[in-house]
Amino acid sequence: MLIHRLLIHRLMIQCLAAGLITIAGFAGTRPAHAAVEIQWWHAMGGELGEKLEKLATDFNAAQPDFKVVPVFKGSYPEAMTGAIAAFRARQHPALLQVFEVGTATMMAAKGAVYPAYQLMKDQGESFDPKSYLPAVTSYYTDSAGNMLSMPFNSSTPILYYNKDAFRKAGLDPNAPPRTWPEVEAMAKKLQAAGLPCGISTEWPSWVLVENLSAYHNVPLATKANGFEGLNTELKIDGPVVTRQIATLAEWQKTKLYDYGGRTNKAVPKFIAGECGIFIGSSATRAAVLANAKFEIGYGMQPYWPDVKGAPQNSIIGGATLWVLKGRPDAEYKGVAKFFTFLSRPETQAWWHQNTGYLPITLAAYELTRAQGYYDRNPGTDTPIRQMTLNPPTENSKGLRLGSLVQIRDVIEEELEQAFAGKKPAKTALESAVKRGNDLLRQFERANK
Amino acid sequence: MLTKRVTFGGLVLPTLLVMPQLAITLVFFVWPASQAIYQSVMQEDPFGLKREFVGLANFERLFANEAYLQSFGITAAFSLGVAALALTLALLFAAMADWLVRGARVYATLLIWPYAVAPAIAGVLWWFLLHPTTGIYAYALSRLGLDWNPLLNGTDAFVLVVVAAAWKQVSYNFVFFLAALQSIPRSLIEAAAIDGAGPARRFRTVILPLIGPTTFFLLVVNMVYAFFDTFGIVHATTGGGPGTATTILVYKVFKDGFESLDLGGSAVQSVVLMAVVIALTLAQFRFVERKIHY
Repeated sequence: MLIHRLLIHRLMIQCLAAGLITIAGFAGTRPAHAAVEIQWWHAMGGELGEKLEKLATDFNAAQPDFKVVPVFKGSYPEAMTGAIAAFRARQHPALLQVFEVGTATMMAAKGAVYPAYQLMKDQGESFDPKSYLPAVTSYYTDSAGNMLSMPFNSSTPILYYNKDAFRKAGLDPNAPPRTWPEVEAMAKKLQAAGLPCGISTEWPSWVLVENLSAYHNVPLATKANGFEGLNTELKIDGPVVTRQIATLAEWQKTKLYDYGGRTNKAVPKFIAGECGIFIGSSATRAAVLANAKFEIGYGMQPYWPDVKGAPQNSIIGGATLWVLKGRPDAEYKGVAKFFTFLSRPETQAWWHQNTGYLPITLAAYELTRAQGYYDRNPGTDTPIRQMTLNPPTENSKGLRLGSLVQIRDVIEEELEQAFAGKKPAKTALESAVKRGNDLLRQFERANK
Repeated sequence: MLTKRVTFGGLVLPTLLVMPQLAITLVFFVWPASQAIYQSVMQEDPFGLKREFVGLANFERLFANEAYLQSFGITAAFSLGVAALALTLALLFAAMADWLVRGARVYATLLIWPYAVAPAIAGVLWWFLLHPTTGIYAYALSRLGLDWNPLLNGTDAFVLVVVAAAWKQVSYNFVFFLAALQSIPRSLIEAAAIDGAGPARRFRTVILPLIGPTTFFLLVVNMVYAFFDTFGIVHATTGGGPGTATTILVYKVFKDGFESLDLGGSAVQSVVLMAVVIALTLAQFRFVERKIHY
């Protein structure tokens, strides 16, 4: 965390230095016709930030008319809040990276957002929504099937396991648990072999509630998870989620399951070798590989075999690129060209292989496979296979809930109460539903 | 009247002289505060596309929220905890430094260092030290047989944020206490010693009353610090959890406003927080100050 911050800090200094050099360069050699500059605010620090910069550099080198200028704005919420504040002062960028939970807020801001499909049409760029992965784009399309933002970096939770610990516990290191009963049996063996904990998870609400619901094809909220209207209500106190949380709360007593905190704070439990199994974001792979001192195996999320329709498909997290209105027309021409560039199979395949995020087009997936990348890096195709297990249903297309940031907080607060044994799982989830619905009603009133 | 009054003639010069102070107060205090009050009665989308006057609806919504009311209790306990811990430790260290003859300067300098650490970094440091998986202090605690888990145990998490917040403030308090202790005339303490008062009694009946004004000043400053400046610590460590065990008022303001973009809801909370701190400071001056002798 601290190291991460230091990296971000260093990156910021580098950006600043780069900016100064650019300015110095401009003062010296002014090109005959200046390229139109397009500001791109993003939230990718460290290594990922460098990869993102390379995309912009490559685009700028490929054509003379436009210059995409990436600006690092901090965390996802910071980038979004910063851009919104800038919009109010009419100093906003044309292009903005927004995390998936901000989707409903962006969608509701009709006067501020230039929908991606509209932009591509207006600028005459060829654009076929069908070439994108449905499991990715469905999160960002309106009820009429129009893509509102351009998918950029998407991830999904997968299962990681410690192969060395599996061997020590007498388990087959090439057979990850596929179902929750298998998780239980294997976790017990891991504990018997001396591990303090069997399984842990990160991003509690995203993994244990949102993805669990989609993967078991049960609704998270009414009105097709909010896609069909603002008057949606949470449904997370149903039997599937309740059993999951009750089971984990029971396991917590013996640390068969050990809760590791919100966001990505649980990762150390896995990489320190404390827990032998871990469910986390597919984009955590790089960090796990860099830090774990044991062999890592990958699997799909576990499911309950007695739930009909499971496993369905998992849903995504990550971010998309939104276009903001109110910039000069010339910039939008460039943004459309940049989107076309980003969607090219070669660009996508490179991004996918170098960052661990999902490819957003089927062509990029096929290209990566043809290049032999998945054979050389076992486990890297797990997220995409899991995302595309089945065509998405209305329960597994994604979520369209206003105030999702706050709703996640509410859900995680209640999960913590359940795991700490302060409330039964059912009561905790009912309370989360009630508190979450209050937030949904508030959002509905504010965005009528 | 024996006191001689220096007065300026006319209005122009005095007005000019107080202008900078007034301008600063207006720009940095009155203006933002009135903005907060204005936003607290509006309902508005984040982009500022639609704005609607809603009267006190935001306040009603806030006080109907049980989690918010709980947050008051948590904040009270948090502020008292931070102030008490930071003041006691600082006084103890200052008394030691004052008592030392050799190396007092080195000791004092070392103690001042933590004040230069930003709250978020202080939070992260303590989070590392007390993390159940990687923390060295957590390891020591578990060796002592304590089941330390701030990730799930609300009390543990609360202790963690109080310690991190107080640790930073100890340095600040220490400087003031040390200065106060050093300004006490030696003759008073020596006189008390000659009268047969032991160190503990001298401390209680001579030193404590004499550093009263400093203690009072620090109490106010520490309370305000705990109320306003600590969201970085919470943000970097517990994120308000587990449950709502460490969701203090100012953290909720930050989170609702800057992460959830609920501008009206966040503005209402700042207005409430502002009122609470004004009331607290007034109460402290009204009731505690009367017992202080300058």
